[in-house]
Amino acid sequence: MSEAIKQAVVSDKMMIHMQGVNKWYGQFHVLKDINLAVTQGERIVLCGPSGSGKSTTIRCINRLEEHQQGQIIVDGTELTNDLKQIERIRSEVGMVFQHFNLFPHLTVLQNCTLAPLWVRKMPRKEAEEIAMHYLQRVRIPEQAHKYPGQLSGGQQQRVAIARALCMKPKIMLFDEPTSALDPEMVKEVLDTMIGLAQDGMTMLCVTHEMGFARTVANRVIFMDKGEIVEQAPPDQFFDHPQNERTKLFLGQILH
Amino acid sequence: MQNTGNASPASGSFFTDPRKRAWLFQIVAVVIVVAIGWFLFNNTQTNLQHRGITSGFGFLQNSAGFGISQHLIDYTESDTYSRVFLVGLLNTLLVSALGIVLATIIGFTLGVARLSPNWLIRRLAGVYIETIRNIPPLLQIFFWYFAVLSPLPGPRQSLELGEVFFVNNRGLYMPAPVAAPGMWPFWIALLVAVVGSVLLRRWARARQHLTGLPFPVLWCSLGLLILLPGLTVVISGVPFDWDMPVLQGFNFRGGWVVIPELISIVMALSLYTAAFIGETVRSGIQSVSHGQTEAASSLGLRPGLTLRLVIIPQALRVIIPPLTSQYLNLVKNSSLAAAIGYPEMVSLFAGTVLNQTGQAIETMMITMSVYLAISISISVLMNVYNKRIALIER
Repeated sequence: MSEAIKQAVVSDKMMIHMQGVNKWYGQFHVLKDINLAVTQGERIVLCGPSGSGKSTTIRCINRLEEHQQGQIIVDGTELTNDLKQIERIRSEVGMVFQHFNLFPHLTVLQNCTLAPLWVRKMPRKEAEEIAMHYLQRVRIPEQAHKYPGQLSGGQQQRVAIARALCMKPKIMLFDEPTSALDPEMVKEVLDTMIGLAQDGMTMLCVTHEMGFARTVANRVIFMDKGEIVEQAPPDQFFDHPQNERTKLFLGQILH
Repeated sequence: MQNTGNASPASGSFFTDPRKRAWLFQIVAVVIVVAIGWFLFNNTQTNLQHRGITSGFGFLQNSAGFGISQHLIDYTESDTYSRVFLVGLLNTLLVSALGIVLATIIGFTLGVARLSPNWLIRRLAGVYIETIRNIPPLLQIFFWYFAVLSPLPGPRQSLELGEVFFVNNRGLYMPAPVAAPGMWPFWIALLVAVVGSVLLRRWARARQHLTGLPFPVLWCSLGLLILLPGLTVVISGVPFDWDMPVLQGFNFRGGWVVIPELISIVMALSLYTAAFIGETVRSGIQSVSHGQTEAASSLGLRPGLTLRLVIIPQALRVIIPPLTSQYLNLVKNSSLAAAIGYPEMVSLFAGTVLNQTGQAIETMMITMSVYLAISISISVLMNVYNKRIALIER
């Protein structure tokens, strides 16, 4: 299976371009001169110790965090203070959170149709068809009329993935999607993500699932103290890490 | 010998078996309650007999013989005490309704202002809440009545607004509408406009389901509501003649008058309660985790839509229960109006009527039942609403 995914099409089209991105929280320098180019269909895993800036990096891509220096271009649109452009980018970029962040007052189906209805201004029938399609895709169509509180963690995270997919995004960002899950539920979520990768989705994934990184990623990026320390294809990254900090980190998480 | 064939487990002595003890305590409790009840009833009966007071509700049919400064229904001095009851009840309901509506509007505004990104607005709302909610409500009523409204000039020196509105120490005088020939077309046009707006809203919703296109319902309805009745005014003339307040002798005659007691009590209660509602609303909005806002933003929803579709529906379930008790507080605090002589239930019925008739038990019972009935109605309504918006979990 691994090979099939690896061969999924990666084109030359630039999807995300970060150049000289810097960010501070007060005195604290969270992102130090981040340069990152992601082409269409690329699957990138970001890892690193906690507080290394990996979440902040992907949260800058859809402006959940504001960068203070440098340039971020997403699918040809530059992220500036222009609200119209931020909205456009957000509707093209899907995001999955560590704690799911489903809307608890809406059913699973309503969670999935909310944005297509109000942002894409889609007819209800069409929105519901698309939602059911993606719920099928994450293999929980039978839960469509339940509320998030009635589902298990793994099911909730799959709904969250379906909700993001309903906007038909060109890029998917995953912020530690399996960290809040019970061990037996990690696999069902990872399988869903592998399925996405096979379909050629451009993905940026903050995760510590190294098995997933090996199977799916084109490139693994190691961050520490706000900077990109090392990036390489997974085989090279795991088997022949170059930087001392990478070696130390890998030694701590791979037993 | 050991198997006696008895199925029930061996029970201990009477004082150590929990089930028997439970029965004993139940019986003791019932006996005590009945005894206290009997003592109270008997004591009251004997005392009433000693003083020669007849109990019963016959006094309600007697003529009251005193005037009331504000009555929403027709009332003269020769009317009965039951009429007085009705006047007092309506006045209490008026204060409660005005207070609840105003306090809700001001309170929600304060709550949102407390979370404003604008430093000045946020601070002002905070200072307002901290000041107002820490001053006793009775003092605030006195403030409005004695410090703000009493020093106003007398009728002859009234402050006036365009010779139509007059403010003086006897109240706010304004023109009252009186039906004119053009009234019926006006009402019909208004009715048509209201029905039209409802239908428009329904149609717009159906269209959004079908095509996804939103329709500016609010603006079109507003246009409808203003234009249609406006048209009838142009065609068939003004719907109302205005009964103007006119200065005659020492006071104004004609028009509508809002007495200063009503203004004081409504101002004080709504501003006081609004401070509490503001805090309730703020905490409700803050109880919705920031992750919800982030999830909505990441889907491309604008901040306004996020507030309306994601935050408020979740905040409401936290806001409603304390909001209910604020409403109940406001209704009960309306009895403080007795202190400035506004004719509501307590000052009118538990005050004047009680003094005149001496029927303490009856008037008190009636007055208390009224507050109980109003409060329970509000509670029930709010609980029904709360149940409808409650979250389903498991």
